[in-house]
Amino acid sequence: MKDIMSYTEQMDQLDPARMNQVLALKSEFNDAAFTAQDVETALTKTTLNAYDFMALLSSAAGPYLEMMAHKAQTLTRAHFGNNIQLFTPLYIANYCHNGCRYCGFNSQQAIPRAQLTKSEIQRELEAIAATGLQEILFLTGESEAHSSIDYIASALELAKPYFANIGIEIYPTNEASYRILHQAGADFVTVFQETYDLTAYEYYHPYGNKRSFPYRFYSQERALNAGFRGAGFAALLGLSDFRHDALATGLHLQSVQTAFPEAELSFSVPRLRPINGELGHFNHLVSDRDLVQIMCAYRLFMPHAHITVSSRESESFRNAVMKICATKVSAGVQVDVGGHSASNKHKSSDQFDINDTRSVAQMHADIVAQGLQVVYHDHIRL
Amino acid sequence: MTTTAPANQTDSFTLGPKTFHSRFILGSGKFSLPLIKAVVASGEAEIITLALRRANPEGTENILDFIPPNVTLLPNTSGARTAEEAMRIAELARAMGCGDFIKVEIIRDARWLLPDNDETIRATKLLVAKGFVVLPYMYPDYYATKALEEAGAAAIMPLAAPIGSNRGLCTKPFIDIVLQSTNLPVIVDAGIGKPSEACEAMEMGVSAIMCNTAIATAGDVAQMCAAFKLAIQAGRLGYLAKTGRVLTQQGDASSPLTGFLDN
Repeated sequence: MKDIMSYTEQMDQLDPARMNQVLALKSEFNDAAFTAQDVETALTKTTLNAYDFMALLSSAAGPYLEMMAHKAQTLTRAHFGNNIQLFTPLYIANYCHNGCRYCGFNSQQAIPRAQLTKSEIQRELEAIAATGLQEILFLTGESEAHSSIDYIASALELAKPYFANIGIEIYPTNEASYRILHQAGADFVTVFQETYDLTAYEYYHPYGNKRSFPYRFYSQERALNAGFRGAGFAALLGLSDFRHDALATGLHLQSVQTAFPEAELSFSVPRLRPINGELGHFNHLVSDRDLVQIMCAYRLFMPHAHITVSSRESESFRNAVMKICATKVSAGVQVDVGGHSASNKHKSSDQFDINDTRSVAQMHADIVAQGLQVVYHDHIRL
Repeated sequence: MTTTAPANQTDSFTLGPKTFHSRFILGSGKFSLPLIKAVVASGEAEIITLALRRANPEGTENILDFIPPNVTLLPNTSGARTAEEAMRIAELARAMGCGDFIKVEIIRDARWLLPDNDETIRATKLLVAKGFVVLPYMYPDYYATKALEEAGAAAIMPLAAPIGSNRGLCTKPFIDIVLQSTNLPVIVDAGIGKPSEACEAMEMGVSAIMCNTAIATAGDVAQMCAAFKLAIQAGRLGYLAKTGRVLTQQGDASSPLTGFLDN
């Protein structure tokens, strides 16, 4: 099988120095070596280094979670005020050529596949826009053969009149293609690295372009080079040791922020959820407490970065973390292809099970009830 | 000068064509929108800033719908990374009926949100040429102050500390240099965390204070706004009253160093 650190001929390659630095720091992380004193030292600092970040992610930080949450809340309010941004994902296709062993959309899953036509996309956009949302995230499976750059670009062009913020979560692509997508209207790219544990990465991604770890790692940089305003980062928590993966995610974001000081960057915090009702055999599952610790550590390490919490999480969990450090949440979520408009419904199965089914109006009311402010519009396309 | 009259009834400052009596400028970007009206009232603010990117015309939660009609809107160019982008946002603000006032914010650093003085100077020249009343947000610097003045800025808006940090007057010595370098109104913007710090800045002689996070994140937003109003008035009165002699901790030296001259 292909070496996961290799590229195919068609893939843009960037200097591996930043990736190597992230992986080297990750390999230094020894959870057992951190003490309560290390955590307390980190909590007194204004600016955290990689070792402080490790301390906050370590088991030693467990008893300090309440203190971390208070500090995270203070930093969140200072940087973002009371604002919570709302968006919704739109799945326009679910064809995929990867074999991710944990994913409901992987190419070997015998599920209904679909790709929306222009008129179907138009109906979806109208249905979403009618809810008042101004931010949308386009998703496809990772198959360029089915969902070409031109196809995605045409969908983005349709969305421009309706939405101020348009994000994409598609297969990683080259800088030239990102430029086409940016010109078509996308300005935010999200790519989940899934795991930074190379052994686990190799196991979970047996084939497809996704098998190239470095090509995926540098997706955000290629997009930012192509003119994108911002980028999102995540590990799929639970695939490997979550403390190490959260550390690498934070360091990855930090390295890109250093290279692109103007970029608006965001963490997502997906954790393994059931696929069609089953969770399979994963050994690193992340508890609610673990996830809050990760989110607080992200906030203390990178106070200015958004933290996005998807509908994989429950209503009560999302309500709670909005008060601490989350700044962006989805609402009115459908994770099947064409799920937003009644006439398009049930074209495919879901990528994962939704745990928070609140509509945009319900989410709005719940955010306001918590004394927070809903933000629909936070960008001017220039 | 009577010490019983509130400063805002006897005292004013001018920005472009308008004169203002309140020296409290309120930021709006971090509030729950329904609170804005009450906050403006308790702070007696006459100017309120707004990020145009948060305006959602004819949409949900449009910030413009929550701003009382009797205050002067000061739209800002947040989100702009170049002078040209600031220009486009300013023209959009004008087209949306926000008037000719524009606060230039050009930030190319997402982490600390520090203003880019060079681009800000360039934007100020472009915007002044288009008839805007330009209030540039800047890092307090002597040369930038002179350049902004020459570019036609209506005021200088130096930061006290990084935006949202509530760290107070970290740049106090440099704000003092700005004050001594220009005849334009100086408005301290960003970083003020407590009413006492607003008071301290006003005692230095700055014309006004812009405040957002310290109020938006307070336990009682309206009460904190009232506290800032009083602190700003107190600081202004203190400045006008001229601070008296302040003794050092040791008091005056008992043995004059120049006493030998009398021998």
